[in-house]
Amino acid sequence: MRDLYDSQRAMRNMRKAAMQRGVVAILDIGTSKIACLVLRFDGTEDFKNADGIGSLAGQSQFRVIGAATTRSRGVRFGEVDAMQETERAIRTAVQAAQKMANVRVDHVIACLSGARPSSYGLEGAIDIDGGTVSDSDIGRVMAACDVPDYGTDREVLHAQPINFALDHRSGMLDPRGQVGNKLTTDMHMLTVDRVALQNLYFCVKRCDLELAGLASSAYVSGISSLVEDEQELGSACIDLGGGSTGISIFMRKHMIYADAVRMGGDHVTSDISMGLQVPMATAERIKTFYGGVMATGMDDREMIEIGGDTGDWEHDRRTVSRAELIGIMRPRVEEILEEVRLRLDAAGFEHLPSQQIVLTGGASQIPGLDGLAAKILGQQVRLGRPLRVQGLPQAATGPAFSGAVGLTLFAAHPQDEWWDFEIPAETYPARSLKRAVRWFKDNW
Amino acid sequence: MRALIAKRKSTTRDPAPSKWRYRLQRWMLTPTFVATLRLGIPLALIAIIVTTFFSDPDNRAMISDTLAEAKTSLQHRPEFMVHQLKVEGATPQIEEQVRRVVQVAFPISSFNLDLESLKTNVSSLNTVSQAVVKVGEDSNLVVVVTPREPVAIWRDGSVLNLLDTEGVFSGALETRADRPDLPLIAGEGAFASIQEALRLFERAEPLGPRVRGLVRIGERRWDLVLDRDQRIQLPSDDPSAALDRIIVLNAAHKLLERDVAVVDMRNAARPTVRLTTEAANALRRVSERRVDQ
Repeated sequence: MRDLYDSQRAMRNMRKAAMQRGVVAILDIGTSKIACLVLRFDGTEDFKNADGIGSLAGQSQFRVIGAATTRSRGVRFGEVDAMQETERAIRTAVQAAQKMANVRVDHVIACLSGARPSSYGLEGAIDIDGGTVSDSDIGRVMAACDVPDYGTDREVLHAQPINFALDHRSGMLDPRGQVGNKLTTDMHMLTVDRVALQNLYFCVKRCDLELAGLASSAYVSGISSLVEDEQELGSACIDLGGGSTGISIFMRKHMIYADAVRMGGDHVTSDISMGLQVPMATAERIKTFYGGVMATGMDDREMIEIGGDTGDWEHDRRTVSRAELIGIMRPRVEEILEEVRLRLDAAGFEHLPSQQIVLTGGASQIPGLDGLAAKILGQQVRLGRPLRVQGLPQAATGPAFSGAVGLTLFAAHPQDEWWDFEIPAETYPARSLKRAVRWFKDNW
Repeated sequence: MRALIAKRKSTTRDPAPSKWRYRLQRWMLTPTFVATLRLGIPLALIAIIVTTFFSDPDNRAMISDTLAEAKTSLQHRPEFMVHQLKVEGATPQIEEQVRRVVQVAFPISSFNLDLESLKTNVSSLNTVSQAVVKVGEDSNLVVVVTPREPVAIWRDGSVLNLLDTEGVFSGALETRADRPDLPLIAGEGAFASIQEALRLFERAEPLGPRVRGLVRIGERRWDLVLDRDQRIQLPSDDPSAALDRIIVLNAAHKLLERDVAVVDMRNAARPTVRLTTEAANALRRVSERRVDQ
């Protein structure tokens, strides 16, 4: 865990350097599209509603000065699959965004949606012997968390303290300066596949960019599309992406669970492609123009030209009714939502005080999806759009950009992670000296 | 499976910048790089061209020749040429002197005229107290001369020199009769105290035409010489007062009309009169006769 701490700290330093330069790029590497936003920071400024332990990584006001989207290549299930292709796609997006911003960006904060995220709840406790809780105590209690064996092929993406408890008082946001005997903390740790992370890292590196931060796409979508009371009272954000569907559960403004289903809008498209025997591009077009999940009587009469260029008149003049299209799409969407339901159940979502579910992401634009989701996930379902961010072009305000927008918020106002706190004090020689002195006092 | 070997023609057009195009764009967005490109490279090119050009001695000579030629041709334009010397405010003698001093080969460009040295030369003439040298209209070199006004004649042996108020020689005289209006002074260093001499001459006005001149004695004091070889020896301190006393005495007792050779006023407390030899003899004879009677 030590080298992870160092590498994440290095990334934080990179982020600080980017803040100093005032320009940082946001890269949302998705399965269907790659979005790049260029942010300009106008100097650090405190957010008014900064609860909890204040942000240690620094917070800032920002403005989007460049935005570009390109069709994603070489990404499957939210993971880099063909590195050359992905690199080209990243280059395209970054170049266009740089051109719009007319500024060179060197630092990139990226998010990834796949890589099989898995959540862990950790607990740590230390004795503070009736003293006041200091910064180093918080670092210590986080280091004292017993980390499960998550496997050597996994990497920690997020490790956020979500709760502090001092003796029997729980639910503290900031225990610093308070007196107690025993400090305990709950930490949420998210691990992902190391290989996927490394591939992403190399892809960014090969574009002459420096990675200044990494985030889970499910997490940042939640930041951008959940409103404040939803984040406070408990809600789940379902980010229906192209290749994977991210699930993040928020409670008391902290992410307490994240997961991903390796299915998304691209699978719906491929179903259409297979069912109607059309190429993927046509299937995608048909899906976006005529797609839906709730069939009505009207849909039986609405015929869709499928088209084709085989030269066979019969084949090229095929039509299909919209009801048939819905009949192809609905089982897959249902399957995705069922899978999401399973994950939510596994996470114990039903125990939360509020069970709001917010659907966002590109695939959430299927007409009638909220009705279908209400049947599967529960009544409190709404479609979410990302928060409005200053300078964001109109084209990038749709639900497909909730990940990118969330990443801008994450870049400007990152939540405290374990590596933002100082190294556990046990390694300091001063501490051991103090201990020796105490031992002498106790024994003589 | 995706085709690993890139196809020449892809079915879907995915415009992606090549790695070098992408890098070039990033470089062009780097301010220092752009500044280098826009400023540094042209400057470097110019520097290289200039150095290669000037490293050839022939080129250097050609440049300097061309420059010199252009300079000369500009300087020798008729607007800048000076054709003759004009002397203003001078007597014919002084003008001749000035012309002798100003050795300029006309016509000459006004750029080549050293007016400062000309002015120094002209001013250094004894007869000239001030000179203004300028290139005037009609392409003339104009020397405006203020001649020295002689106020006294200083005789050095047989040479008669003219002196102005500053005691500077401003010419020579053939004979005293040329300038009978000027007072005459003589003696070593007389010209150094010309102001005092002039004051004394002014005081000696009542003596009228009897005054011959002043003689400086030992560069210290004056003797006023009258006709009939009369001398008034004046003290070095306050000679004017002593002269005034003599003039008063003269007015009262007609002292100087008597047979007096020298009136010695060197000691103000004890003015002494020396008679001429004849007078002294006559006086002695008379007193002897009185003694005899």
